[in-house]
Amino acid sequence: MTSLPKLTERRLGLVIDLDTCVGCHACVVACKGWNTQSHGVPLSDQDPYGADPSGTFLNRIHTYEVTPADGPAQVVHFPKSCLHCEDAPCVTVCPTGASFKRAADGIVLVNETDCIGCGLCAWACPYGARELDADEGVMKKCTLCVDRIDNPTLPEEDRIPACVRTCPAGARHFGDLSDPNSAISALVEERGGFDLMPEQGTRPVNKYLPPRPRDTWTEEVDVLAPFLEPVAEDARGFLGWLDRTLSKL
Amino acid sequence: MHPAPSLIAFTVASGLGFGLLFWLGIDATPPSGWVGLAFYLIAYALALAGLGASTRHLGRPERALKAFTQWRSSWLSREAWAAVAALSVNAFHAAGLVFFDLHLPALGWLGAALALGTVFATSMIYAQLRTVPRWHHWSTPVLFLLYAVTGGALLSGRVEAALVLLTVTGAAQGAVFLHGDRRLARAGTTLSTATGLPGPRAFAPPHTGPNYLTREMAFSVARRHAEKLRLIALALGALLPALLLLLPFHHSLGLVALLSHVAGGITARWLFFAEAEHVMSLYYGKSQRT
Ligand code: SF4
Ligand code: SF4
Repeated sequence: MTSLPKLTERRLGLVIDLDTCVGCHACVVACKGWNTQSHGVPLSDQDPYGADPSGTFLNRIHTYEVTPADGPAQVVHFPKSCLHCEDAPCVTVCPTGASFKRAADGIVLVNETDCIGCGLCAWACPYGARELDADEGVMKKCTLCVDRIDNPTLPEEDRIPACVRTCPAGARHFGDLSDPNSAISALVEERGGFDLMPEQGTRPVNKYLPPRPRDTWTEEVDVLAPFLEPVAEDARGFLGWLDRTLSKL
Repeated sequence: MHPAPSLIAFTVASGLGFGLLFWLGIDATPPSGWVGLAFYLIAYALALAGLGASTRHLGRPERALKAFTQWRSSWLSREAWAAVAALSVNAFHAAGLVFFDLHLPALGWLGAALALGTVFATSMIYAQLRTVPRWHHWSTPVLFLLYAVTGGALLSGRVEAALVLLTVTGAAQGAVFLHGDRRLARAGTTLSTATGLPGPRAFAPPHTGPNYLTREMAFSVARRHAEKLRLIALALGALLPALLLLLPFHHSLGLVALLSHVAGGITARWLFFAEAEHVMSLYYGKSQRT
Protein backbone atom coordinates (compact mmCIF):
# COMPACT_ATOMS: atom_id res chain seq x y z
CA MET A 1 0.00 0.00 0.00
CA THR A 2 1.45 3.36 -0.89
CA SER A 3 -0.11 5.31 1.95
CA LEU A 4 2.32 6.06 4.72
CA PRO A 5 1.92 4.43 8.13
CA LYS A 6 0.57 6.89 10.72
CA LEU A 7 3.29 6.01 13.15
CA THR A 8 6.21 3.66 12.95
CA GLU A 9 7.17 1.62 16.00
CA ARG A 10 10.84 2.40 15.54
CA ARG A 11 12.76 4.77 13.30
CA LEU A 12 15.79 2.92 12.10
CA GLY A 13 18.28 5.06 10.25
CA LEU A 14 21.79 6.34 9.83
CA VAL A 15 23.72 9.20 11.34
CA ILE A 16 26.50 10.42 9.08
CA ASP A 17 29.38 12.40 10.47
CA LEU A 18 30.59 14.99 7.97
CA ASP A 19 33.47 15.76 10.29
CA THR A 20 35.08 12.33 10.18
CA CYS A 21 34.16 11.16 6.68
CA VAL A 22 37.40 11.02 4.72
CA GLY A 23 35.78 10.44 1.33
CA CYS A 24 37.35 7.04 0.73
CA HIS A 25 34.19 5.61 -0.89
CA ALA A 26 34.60 2.35 1.04
CA CYS A 27 30.89 2.49 1.95
CA VAL A 28 29.99 2.92 -1.72
CA VAL A 29 31.93 -0.22 -2.60
CA ALA A 30 30.56 -2.19 0.36
CA CYS A 31 27.01 -1.13 -0.52
CA LYS A 32 27.41 -2.01 -4.17
CA GLY A 33 29.03 -5.32 -3.28
CA TRP A 34 26.42 -6.39 -0.76
CA ASN A 35 23.44 -5.33 -2.82
CA THR A 36 24.66 -6.68 -6.11
CA GLN A 37 25.20 -10.22 -4.85
CA SER A 38 22.97 -10.72 -1.84
CA HIS A 39 19.42 -11.05 -3.11
CA GLY A 40 17.40 -11.21 -6.30
CA VAL A 41 18.94 -9.44 -9.24
CA PRO A 42 22.26 -7.59 -9.32
CA LEU A 43 22.64 -3.84 -9.12
CA SER A 44 23.51 -3.50 -12.77
CA ASP A 45 26.26 -1.54 -14.51
CA GLN A 46 26.27 -0.53 -18.13
CA ASP A 47 29.50 -0.68 -20.11
CA PRO A 48 31.48 -1.08 -16.87
CA TYR A 49 34.83 -1.70 -18.52
CA GLY A 50 34.21 0.37 -21.64
CA ALA A 51 34.62 3.99 -22.59
CA ASP A 52 31.36 5.21 -21.04
CA PRO A 53 30.75 3.34 -17.80
CA SER A 54 27.61 4.01 -15.77
CA GLY A 55 25.80 2.10 -13.07
CA THR A 56 23.22 1.90 -10.34
CA PHE A 57 24.37 2.92 -6.87
CA LEU A 58 22.38 3.23 -3.65
CA ASN A 59 24.97 5.38 -1.94
CA ARG A 60 27.09 8.10 -3.49
CA ILE A 61 29.70 10.43 -2.02
CA HIS A 62 29.74 14.04 -3.14
CA THR A 63 32.55 16.40 -2.23
CA TYR A 64 32.06 20.07 -1.42
CA GLU A 65 34.35 22.93 -0.58
CA VAL A 66 33.46 25.47 2.07
CA THR A 67 35.44 28.60 2.79
CA PRO A 68 34.91 30.02 6.27
CA ALA A 69 35.22 33.79 6.53
CA ASP A 70 38.21 33.54 8.88
CA GLY A 71 40.08 30.51 7.64
CA PRO A 72 41.34 28.57 4.68
CA ALA A 73 39.00 26.60 2.42
CA GLN A 74 38.16 23.11 3.59
CA VAL A 75 36.85 20.04 1.83
CA VAL A 76 33.77 18.20 3.13
CA HIS A 77 32.92 14.73 1.88
CA PHE A 78 29.21 14.13 1.77
CA PRO A 79 27.80 10.58 1.64
CA LYS A 80 24.21 10.44 0.47
CA SER A 81 21.74 7.57 0.42
CA CYS A 82 18.04 7.18 1.21
CA LEU A 83 17.12 9.05 4.41
CA HIS A 84 14.05 6.85 5.10
CA CYS A 85 11.88 9.94 5.47
CA GLU A 86 8.89 9.94 7.79
CA ASP A 87 6.84 11.87 5.23
CA ALA A 88 8.33 10.06 2.27
CA PRO A 89 6.96 11.64 -0.93
CA CYS A 90 8.42 8.76 -2.96
CA VAL A 91 5.97 6.34 -1.33
CA THR A 92 2.72 8.22 -1.86
CA VAL A 93 3.31 8.92 -5.57
CA CYS A 94 3.80 5.24 -6.42
CA PRO A 95 0.89 3.98 -8.56
CA THR A 96 1.51 0.28 -7.99
CA GLY A 97 2.10 -0.08 -4.28
CA ALA A 98 5.65 -1.26 -4.97
CA SER A 99 7.04 1.54 -2.78
CA PHE A 100 6.18 1.31 0.87
CA LYS A 101 7.32 2.26 4.35
CA ARG A 102 7.43 -0.47 6.96
CA ALA A 103 5.26 0.30 9.99
CA ALA A 104 7.54 -1.73 12.27
CA ASP A 105 10.81 0.14 11.72
CA GLY A 106 10.15 2.91 9.21
CA ILE A 107 12.40 1.46 6.49
CA VAL A 108 11.35 2.57 3.00
CA LEU A 109 11.51 -0.28 0.48
CA VAL A 110 10.57 -1.18 -3.08
CA ASN A 111 8.88 -4.47 -3.87
CA GLU A 112 10.68 -5.07 -7.14
CA THR A 113 8.16 -7.56 -8.50
CA ASP A 114 5.40 -4.92 -8.36
CA CYS A 115 7.41 -2.01 -9.75
CA ILE A 116 6.59 -0.88 -13.30
CA GLY A 117 9.63 1.37 -13.52
CA CYS A 118 7.65 4.57 -14.08
CA GLY A 119 10.35 6.55 -12.29
CA LEU A 120 7.90 8.85 -10.53
CA CYS A 121 9.25 8.03 -7.07
CA ALA A 122 12.75 9.06 -8.16
CA TRP A 123 11.30 12.38 -9.28
CA ALA A 124 9.49 12.78 -5.96
CA CYS A 125 12.62 12.24 -3.86
CA PRO A 126 14.44 15.54 -3.28
CA TYR A 127 17.73 13.82 -2.47
CA GLY A 128 18.35 11.68 -5.54
CA ALA A 129 18.22 8.54 -3.43
CA ARG A 130 16.44 6.30 -5.95
CA GLU A 131 17.87 5.02 -9.20
CA LEU A 132 16.17 3.09 -11.96
CA ASP A 133 18.18 -0.01 -12.81
CA ALA A 134 18.70 0.16 -16.57
CA ASP A 135 18.97 -3.63 -16.98
CA GLU A 136 16.13 -4.61 -14.70
CA GLY A 137 13.75 -1.72 -15.43
CA VAL A 138 12.82 -1.40 -11.77
CA MET A 139 13.58 1.12 -9.04
CA LYS A 140 16.46 0.47 -6.65
CA LYS A 141 17.18 2.18 -3.38
CA CYS A 142 18.90 1.77 -0.03
CA THR A 143 17.20 -0.94 2.01
CA LEU A 144 19.15 -0.14 5.16
CA CYS A 145 20.39 -3.69 4.54
CA VAL A 146 17.19 -5.34 5.77
CA ASP A 147 18.81 -8.61 4.74
CA ARG A 148 21.63 -8.02 7.22
CA ILE A 149 20.05 -6.27 10.18
CA ASP A 150 17.34 -8.93 10.60
CA ASN A 151 19.48 -11.86 9.53
CA PRO A 152 20.04 -14.40 12.33
CA THR A 153 22.55 -16.37 10.23
CA LEU A 154 25.03 -13.51 10.41
CA PRO A 155 27.27 -12.96 13.43
CA GLU A 156 25.92 -10.26 15.76
CA GLU A 157 28.51 -7.64 14.72
CA ASP A 158 27.53 -7.99 11.07
CA ARG A 159 23.85 -7.23 11.66
CA ILE A 160 24.27 -3.61 10.67
CA PRO A 161 24.19 -2.03 7.21
CA ALA A 162 27.21 -2.90 5.04
CA CYS A 163 28.24 0.75 4.77
CA VAL A 164 28.32 1.20 8.54
CA ARG A 165 30.18 -2.07 9.02
CA THR A 166 32.88 -1.08 6.56
CA CYS A 167 33.47 2.63 7.22
CA PRO A 168 37.13 2.84 8.33
CA ALA A 169 36.68 6.34 9.74
CA GLY A 170 33.67 5.52 11.90
CA ALA A 171 31.70 8.21 10.14
CA ARG A 172 28.52 6.16 9.79
CA HIS A 173 26.29 5.13 12.68
CA PHE A 174 23.18 2.94 12.66
CA GLY A 175 20.41 2.74 15.21
CA ASP A 176 16.90 3.58 16.34
CA LEU A 177 16.36 7.31 16.18
CA SER A 178 12.95 7.07 17.86
CA ASP A 179 14.60 5.92 21.08
CA PRO A 180 15.94 8.96 22.93
CA ASN A 181 18.23 6.70 24.95
CA SER A 182 19.93 5.05 21.98
CA ALA A 183 23.60 5.81 21.39
CA ILE A 184 22.76 7.25 18.01
CA SER A 185 20.17 9.68 19.44
CA ALA A 186 22.72 10.82 22.01
CA LEU A 187 25.17 11.46 19.21
CA VAL A 188 22.65 13.57 17.31
CA GLU A 189 21.90 15.51 20.48
CA GLU A 190 25.54 16.10 21.38
CA ARG A 191 26.78 17.09 17.93
CA GLY A 192 23.77 19.05 16.69
CA GLY A 193 22.61 16.60 14.02
CA PHE A 194 20.51 18.20 11.31
CA ASP A 195 18.09 17.36 8.49
CA LEU A 196 18.82 17.80 4.78
CA MET A 197 16.44 20.16 2.95
CA PRO A 198 14.06 20.61 5.90
CA GLU A 199 11.97 22.97 3.74
CA GLN A 200 10.99 20.04 1.54
CA GLY A 201 8.89 18.70 4.41
CA THR A 202 10.07 15.09 4.12
CA ARG A 203 11.15 14.76 7.78
CA PRO A 204 14.18 12.54 7.11
CA VAL A 205 15.08 9.94 9.71
CA ASN A 206 18.79 10.00 8.82
CA LYS A 207 20.70 12.86 10.38
CA TYR A 208 23.96 14.54 9.46
CA LEU A 209 26.55 15.80 11.93
CA PRO A 210 28.24 19.07 10.96
CA PRO A 211 32.01 19.38 10.50
CA ARG A 212 33.65 20.60 13.72
CA PRO A 213 35.41 23.97 13.62
CA ARG A 214 38.98 23.48 12.44
CA ASP A 215 42.03 24.37 14.54
CA THR A 216 43.38 27.81 13.88
CA TRP A 217 47.04 28.83 13.67
CA THR A 218 47.89 32.24 15.03
CA GLU A 219 51.71 32.13 14.87
CA GLU A 220 53.87 32.42 11.78
CA VAL A 221 51.97 30.54 9.06
CA ASP A 222 54.94 29.17 7.18
CA VAL A 223 57.43 27.67 9.63
CA LEU A 224 59.83 26.62 6.90
CA ALA A 225 60.01 30.01 5.20
CA PRO A 226 63.03 31.31 7.22
CA PHE A 227 65.07 28.35 6.06
CA LEU A 228 64.38 29.14 2.46
CA GLU A 229 65.96 32.61 2.48
CA PRO A 230 68.36 32.92 -0.49
CA VAL A 231 71.92 32.22 0.71
CA ALA A 232 73.79 34.45 -1.73
CA GLU A 233 72.07 37.65 -2.77
CA ASP A 234 74.40 38.59 -5.63
CA ALA A 235 76.64 36.40 -7.69
CA ARG A 236 80.32 37.31 -8.07
CA GLY A 237 83.04 36.46 -10.60
CA PHE A 238 82.33 35.30 -14.12
CA LEU A 239 78.77 34.15 -13.42
CA GLY A 240 78.02 37.49 -11.82
CA TRP A 241 79.35 39.31 -14.85
CA LEU A 242 77.29 37.03 -17.16
CA ASP A 243 74.14 37.61 -15.11
CA ARG A 244 74.58 41.38 -15.09
CA THR A 245 75.35 41.50 -18.81
CA LEU A 246 72.42 39.29 -19.77
CA SER A 247 69.92 41.23 -17.68
CA LYS A 248 71.06 44.46 -19.34
CA LEU A 249 70.13 43.16 -22.80
CA MET B 1 14.21 17.50 -16.13
CA HIS B 2 15.03 15.37 -19.13
CA PRO B 3 12.51 16.18 -21.90
CA ALA B 4 11.69 12.57 -22.78
CA PRO B 5 10.00 12.34 -26.21
CA SER B 6 7.62 9.67 -24.87
CA LEU B 7 6.33 12.02 -22.16
CA ILE B 8 6.00 14.98 -24.52
CA ALA B 9 4.09 12.81 -27.03
CA PHE B 10 1.95 11.40 -24.23
CA THR B 11 0.90 14.71 -22.69
CA VAL B 12 0.38 16.54 -25.98
CA ALA B 13 -1.52 13.80 -27.83
CA SER B 14 -3.69 12.71 -24.92
CA GLY B 15 -4.42 16.37 -24.12
CA LEU B 16 -5.68 16.92 -27.67
CA GLY B 17 -7.69 13.70 -27.70
CA PHE B 18 -9.39 14.34 -24.37
CA GLY B 19 -9.86 18.01 -25.33
CA LEU B 20 -11.76 16.91 -28.44
CA LEU B 21 -13.83 14.43 -26.41
CA PHE B 22 -14.74 17.30 -24.08
CA TRP B 23 -16.17 19.41 -26.91
CA LEU B 24 -17.96 16.45 -28.50
CA GLY B 25 -19.47 15.63 -25.13
CA ILE B 26 -20.92 19.07 -24.39
CA ASP B 27 -22.07 19.70 -27.97
CA ALA B 28 -25.84 20.33 -28.04
CA THR B 29 -25.97 19.11 -31.65
CA PRO B 30 -23.12 16.65 -31.86
CA PRO B 31 -22.07 15.12 -35.18
CA SER B 32 -23.67 11.73 -35.79
CA GLY B 33 -23.36 8.98 -38.38
CA TRP B 34 -20.18 8.95 -40.48
CA VAL B 35 -19.12 12.46 -39.49
CA GLY B 36 -19.51 11.54 -35.85
CA LEU B 37 -17.51 8.39 -36.41
CA ALA B 38 -14.67 10.39 -38.00
CA PHE B 39 -14.53 12.85 -35.08
CA TYR B 40 -14.56 10.11 -32.48
CA LEU B 41 -11.92 8.11 -34.33
CA ILE B 42 -9.62 11.13 -34.30
CA ALA B 43 -10.23 11.71 -30.59
CA TYR B 44 -9.64 8.07 -29.67
CA ALA B 45 -6.58 7.77 -31.90
CA LEU B 46 -4.99 10.77 -30.19
CA ALA B 47 -5.92 9.74 -26.65
CA LEU B 48 -4.82 6.15 -27.14
CA ALA B 49 -1.62 7.11 -28.96
CA GLY B 50 -0.79 9.36 -26.01
CA LEU B 51 -1.48 6.67 -23.44
CA GLY B 52 0.49 4.18 -25.53
CA ALA B 53 3.45 6.56 -25.63
CA SER B 54 3.34 6.90 -21.85
CA THR B 55 3.83 3.15 -21.41
CA ARG B 56 7.04 3.42 -23.43
CA HIS B 57 8.40 5.47 -20.55
CA LEU B 58 8.06 2.48 -18.23
CA GLY B 59 10.91 0.14 -17.35
CA ARG B 60 8.44 -2.75 -17.04
CA PRO B 61 5.51 -1.95 -19.37
CA GLU B 62 4.19 -5.52 -19.12
CA ARG B 63 3.17 -4.81 -15.52
CA ALA B 64 1.34 -1.57 -16.38
CA LEU B 65 -1.98 -2.90 -15.06
CA LYS B 66 -0.61 -2.77 -11.52
CA ALA B 67 -0.80 1.02 -11.82
CA PHE B 68 -4.56 0.78 -11.23
CA THR B 69 -4.16 -0.34 -7.62
CA GLN B 70 -3.18 2.81 -5.70
CA TRP B 71 -5.86 5.35 -6.68
CA ARG B 72 -6.30 6.33 -3.03
CA SER B 73 -2.87 7.95 -2.83
CA SER B 74 -1.29 8.23 -6.27
CA TRP B 75 -2.16 10.72 -9.02
CA LEU B 76 -0.61 8.44 -11.62
CA SER B 77 -3.00 5.69 -10.58
CA ARG B 78 -5.94 8.12 -10.57
CA GLU B 79 -4.99 9.18 -14.06
CA ALA B 80 -5.12 5.58 -15.24
CA TRP B 81 -8.63 5.21 -13.80
CA ALA B 82 -9.81 8.55 -15.16
CA ALA B 83 -8.55 7.66 -18.63
CA VAL B 84 -10.34 4.31 -18.63
CA ALA B 85 -13.54 5.87 -17.28
CA ALA B 86 -13.44 8.73 -19.81
CA LEU B 87 -12.76 6.43 -22.74
CA SER B 88 -15.54 3.99 -21.76
CA VAL B 89 -18.25 6.58 -21.05
CA ASN B 90 -17.48 8.49 -24.22
CA ALA B 91 -17.51 5.23 -26.18
CA PHE B 92 -21.13 4.64 -25.14
CA HIS B 93 -22.01 8.22 -26.03
CA ALA B 94 -20.27 7.86 -29.39
CA ALA B 95 -21.92 4.52 -30.15
CA GLY B 96 -25.34 6.09 -29.61
CA LEU B 97 -24.55 8.95 -31.97
CA VAL B 98 -22.79 6.97 -34.65
CA PHE B 99 -24.89 3.83 -34.87
CA PHE B 100 -28.33 4.79 -33.56
CA ASP B 101 -28.45 8.54 -34.16
CA LEU B 102 -29.28 8.76 -30.47
CA HIS B 103 -28.08 11.76 -28.43
CA LEU B 104 -27.92 11.40 -24.65
CA PRO B 105 -26.77 14.83 -23.40
CA ALA B 106 -26.31 13.68 -19.80
CA LEU B 107 -23.95 10.92 -20.90
CA GLY B 108 -22.11 13.43 -23.10
CA TRP B 109 -21.62 15.82 -20.20
CA LEU B 110 -20.39 13.02 -17.97
CA GLY B 111 -17.93 11.98 -20.69
CA ALA B 112 -16.75 15.58 -21.08
CA ALA B 113 -16.20 15.92 -17.33
CA LEU B 114 -14.23 12.67 -17.23
CA ALA B 115 -12.13 13.78 -20.21
CA LEU B 116 -11.16 16.97 -18.39
CA GLY B 117 -10.68 14.97 -15.20
CA THR B 118 -8.12 12.82 -17.00
CA VAL B 119 -6.16 15.87 -18.17
CA PHE B 120 -6.33 17.27 -14.64
CA ALA B 121 -4.99 14.02 -13.18
CA THR B 122 -2.14 14.02 -15.71
CA SER B 123 -1.22 17.57 -14.74
CA MET B 124 -1.33 16.72 -11.04
CA ILE B 125 1.35 14.05 -11.54
CA TYR B 126 3.67 16.98 -12.23
CA ALA B 127 2.10 19.67 -10.06
CA GLN B 128 2.26 17.50 -6.92
CA LEU B 129 6.07 17.31 -7.03
CA ARG B 130 7.51 19.70 -4.50
CA THR B 131 10.94 18.63 -5.73
CA VAL B 132 10.34 20.49 -9.00
CA PRO B 133 9.36 23.99 -7.89
CA ARG B 134 8.57 25.14 -11.43
CA TRP B 135 5.79 22.52 -11.63
CA HIS B 136 4.60 22.68 -8.02
CA HIS B 137 2.03 25.41 -8.63
CA TRP B 138 -1.70 25.70 -9.36
CA SER B 139 -0.92 27.10 -12.79
CA THR B 140 0.28 23.68 -13.98
CA PRO B 141 -3.19 22.05 -14.05
CA VAL B 142 -4.71 25.29 -15.36
CA LEU B 143 -2.32 25.36 -18.29
CA PHE B 144 -2.72 21.66 -19.07
CA LEU B 145 -6.51 22.09 -19.14
CA LEU B 146 -6.26 25.23 -21.26
CA TYR B 147 -4.10 23.48 -23.85
CA ALA B 148 -6.53 20.55 -23.95
CA VAL B 149 -9.67 22.63 -24.49
CA THR B 150 -7.91 24.95 -26.96
CA GLY B 151 -6.61 22.05 -29.05
CA GLY B 152 -10.00 20.36 -28.80
CA ALA B 153 -11.77 23.52 -29.99
CA LEU B 154 -9.46 23.71 -33.01
CA LEU B 155 -9.91 20.01 -33.76
CA SER B 156 -13.68 20.27 -33.61
CA GLY B 157 -13.72 23.44 -35.75
CA ARG B 158 -15.11 25.86 -33.16
CA VAL B 159 -13.68 29.11 -34.50
CA GLU B 160 -15.05 31.62 -31.96
CA ALA B 161 -14.26 29.47 -28.95
CA ALA B 162 -10.81 28.69 -30.35
CA LEU B 163 -10.02 32.38 -30.84
CA VAL B 164 -10.86 33.21 -27.22
CA LEU B 165 -9.03 30.15 -25.90
CA LEU B 166 -5.92 30.76 -28.02
CA THR B 167 -5.66 34.23 -26.54
CA VAL B 168 -6.17 33.01 -22.98
CA THR B 169 -3.78 30.05 -23.37
CA GLY B 170 -1.11 32.24 -24.98
CA ALA B 171 -1.35 34.83 -22.21
CA ALA B 172 -1.33 32.16 -19.49
CA GLN B 173 1.64 30.37 -21.05
CA GLY B 174 3.58 33.65 -21.29
CA ALA B 175 2.87 34.44 -17.65
CA VAL B 176 3.89 30.94 -16.56
CA PHE B 177 7.16 31.19 -18.51
CA LEU B 178 8.07 34.34 -16.60
CA HIS B 179 6.73 33.39 -13.19
CA GLY B 180 8.28 29.93 -13.46
CA ASP B 181 11.76 31.44 -13.44
CA ARG B 182 11.25 32.64 -9.88
CA ARG B 183 9.81 29.47 -8.38
CA LEU B 184 13.06 27.67 -7.52
CA ALA B 185 14.30 30.68 -5.60
CA ARG B 186 10.95 31.03 -3.86
CA ALA B 187 10.99 27.39 -2.80
CA GLY B 188 14.10 28.25 -0.80
CA THR B 189 16.00 25.03 -1.52
CA THR B 190 19.67 25.69 -2.17
CA LEU B 191 22.88 23.68 -2.06
CA SER B 192 23.24 25.10 1.43
CA THR B 193 19.94 23.68 2.74
CA ALA B 194 20.69 20.47 0.81
CA THR B 195 23.99 19.91 2.61
CA GLY B 196 23.65 21.94 5.81
CA LEU B 197 26.98 23.57 4.94
CA PRO B 198 27.59 27.32 4.77
CA GLY B 199 28.06 28.48 1.17
CA PRO B 200 29.31 25.21 -0.27
CA ARG B 201 30.80 24.86 -3.73
CA ALA B 202 30.43 21.55 -5.55
CA PHE B 203 34.00 20.30 -5.68
CA ALA B 204 33.82 16.76 -7.04
CA PRO B 205 30.87 14.64 -8.18
CA PRO B 206 30.45 11.09 -6.81
CA HIS B 207 31.51 9.45 -10.06
CA THR B 208 33.49 10.46 -13.10
CA GLY B 209 30.62 9.74 -15.49
CA PRO B 210 26.93 10.53 -15.72
CA ASN B 211 24.31 8.39 -13.96
CA TYR B 212 20.55 7.87 -13.92
CA LEU B 213 20.07 10.90 -11.70
CA THR B 214 22.06 13.32 -13.82
CA ARG B 215 20.56 12.00 -17.06
CA GLU B 216 17.01 12.09 -15.78
CA MET B 217 16.95 15.16 -13.54
CA ALA B 218 19.96 17.38 -14.06
CA PHE B 219 19.03 18.48 -17.58
CA SER B 220 19.57 22.17 -18.20
CA VAL B 221 18.89 24.35 -21.16
CA ALA B 222 20.85 27.50 -21.95
CA ARG B 223 18.92 30.68 -21.25
CA ARG B 224 19.34 32.12 -24.74
CA HIS B 225 18.01 28.92 -26.31
CA ALA B 226 15.11 28.79 -23.90
CA GLU B 227 14.16 32.37 -24.69
CA LYS B 228 14.05 31.69 -28.42
CA LEU B 229 12.00 28.55 -27.89
CA ARG B 230 9.58 30.42 -25.66
CA LEU B 231 8.94 32.94 -28.41
CA ILE B 232 8.49 30.12 -30.94
CA ALA B 233 6.06 28.35 -28.59
CA LEU B 234 3.97 31.50 -28.16
CA ALA B 235 4.09 32.49 -31.84
CA LEU B 236 3.19 29.06 -33.21
CA GLY B 237 0.99 27.98 -30.33
CA ALA B 238 -1.22 31.05 -30.00
CA LEU B 239 -0.40 34.06 -32.19
CA LEU B 240 -0.28 32.49 -35.66
CA PRO B 241 -3.35 30.25 -35.24
CA ALA B 242 -5.33 33.19 -33.84
CA LEU B 243 -4.39 35.36 -36.83
CA LEU B 244 -5.29 32.56 -39.24
CA LEU B 245 -8.69 32.18 -37.62
CA LEU B 246 -9.33 35.91 -37.97
CA LEU B 247 -9.06 35.58 -41.75
CA PRO B 248 -12.21 34.57 -43.65
CA PHE B 249 -12.71 30.95 -42.67
CA HIS B 250 -11.53 28.20 -44.90
CA HIS B 251 -10.92 24.58 -43.91
CA SER B 252 -7.31 24.62 -45.10
CA LEU B 253 -6.61 27.68 -42.92
CA GLY B 254 -8.22 25.87 -40.01
CA LEU B 255 -5.94 22.91 -40.59
CA VAL B 256 -2.84 25.11 -40.72
CA ALA B 257 -3.99 26.85 -37.54
CA LEU B 258 -4.37 23.47 -35.85
CA LEU B 259 -0.95 22.22 -36.98
CA SER B 260 0.68 25.45 -35.90
CA HIS B 261 -0.99 25.25 -32.50
CA VAL B 262 0.16 21.66 -32.03
CA ALA B 263 3.73 22.54 -33.04
CA GLY B 264 3.70 25.42 -30.54
CA GLY B 265 2.21 23.12 -27.91
CA ILE B 266 4.96 20.55 -28.44
CA THR B 267 7.60 23.27 -28.09
CA ALA B 268 5.97 24.54 -24.91
CA ARG B 269 5.79 21.01 -23.50
CA TRP B 270 9.46 20.40 -24.35
CA LEU B 271 10.28 23.54 -22.38
CA PHE B 272 7.96 22.43 -19.57
CA PHE B 273 10.31 19.51 -18.99
CA ALA B 274 13.63 20.98 -20.10
CA GLU B 275 13.35 24.15 -18.02
CA ALA B 276 12.11 22.41 -14.87
CA GLU B 277 14.82 22.33 -12.22
CA HIS B 278 14.84 19.35 -9.86
CA VAL B 279 16.23 20.23 -6.43
CA MET B 280 18.31 17.02 -6.53
CA SER B 281 20.46 18.56 -9.26
CA LEU B 282 21.71 21.10 -6.72
CA TYR B 283 23.83 18.30 -5.26
CA TYR B 284 25.58 18.11 -8.61
CA GLY B 285 26.36 21.81 -8.54
CA LYS B 286 23.67 22.82 -11.00
CA SER B 287 22.41 26.31 -10.43
CA GLN B 288 19.13 27.69 -11.64
CA ARG B 289 20.19 28.45 -15.19
CA THR B 290 23.34 28.15 -17.23
S1 SF4 C 1 15.34 9.92 0.89
FE1 SF4 C 1 14.14 9.91 -0.99
S2 SF4 C 1 13.82 7.74 -1.43
FE2 SF4 C 1 14.43 7.86 0.71
S3 SF4 C 1 12.49 7.99 1.87
FE3 SF4 C 1 13.19 10.10 1.53
S4 SF4 C 1 12.14 10.72 -0.33
FE4 SF4 C 1 12.02 8.48 -0.27
S1 SF4 D 1 9.20 3.31 -10.34
FE1 SF4 D 1 8.27 1.53 -9.30
S2 SF4 D 1 8.43 2.02 -7.12
FE2 SF4 D 1 8.76 3.94 -8.24
S3 SF4 D 1 6.72 4.91 -8.36
FE3 SF4 D 1 6.97 3.71 -10.25
S4 SF4 D 1 6.07 1.70 -9.77
FE4 SF4 D 1 6.41 2.74 -7.79
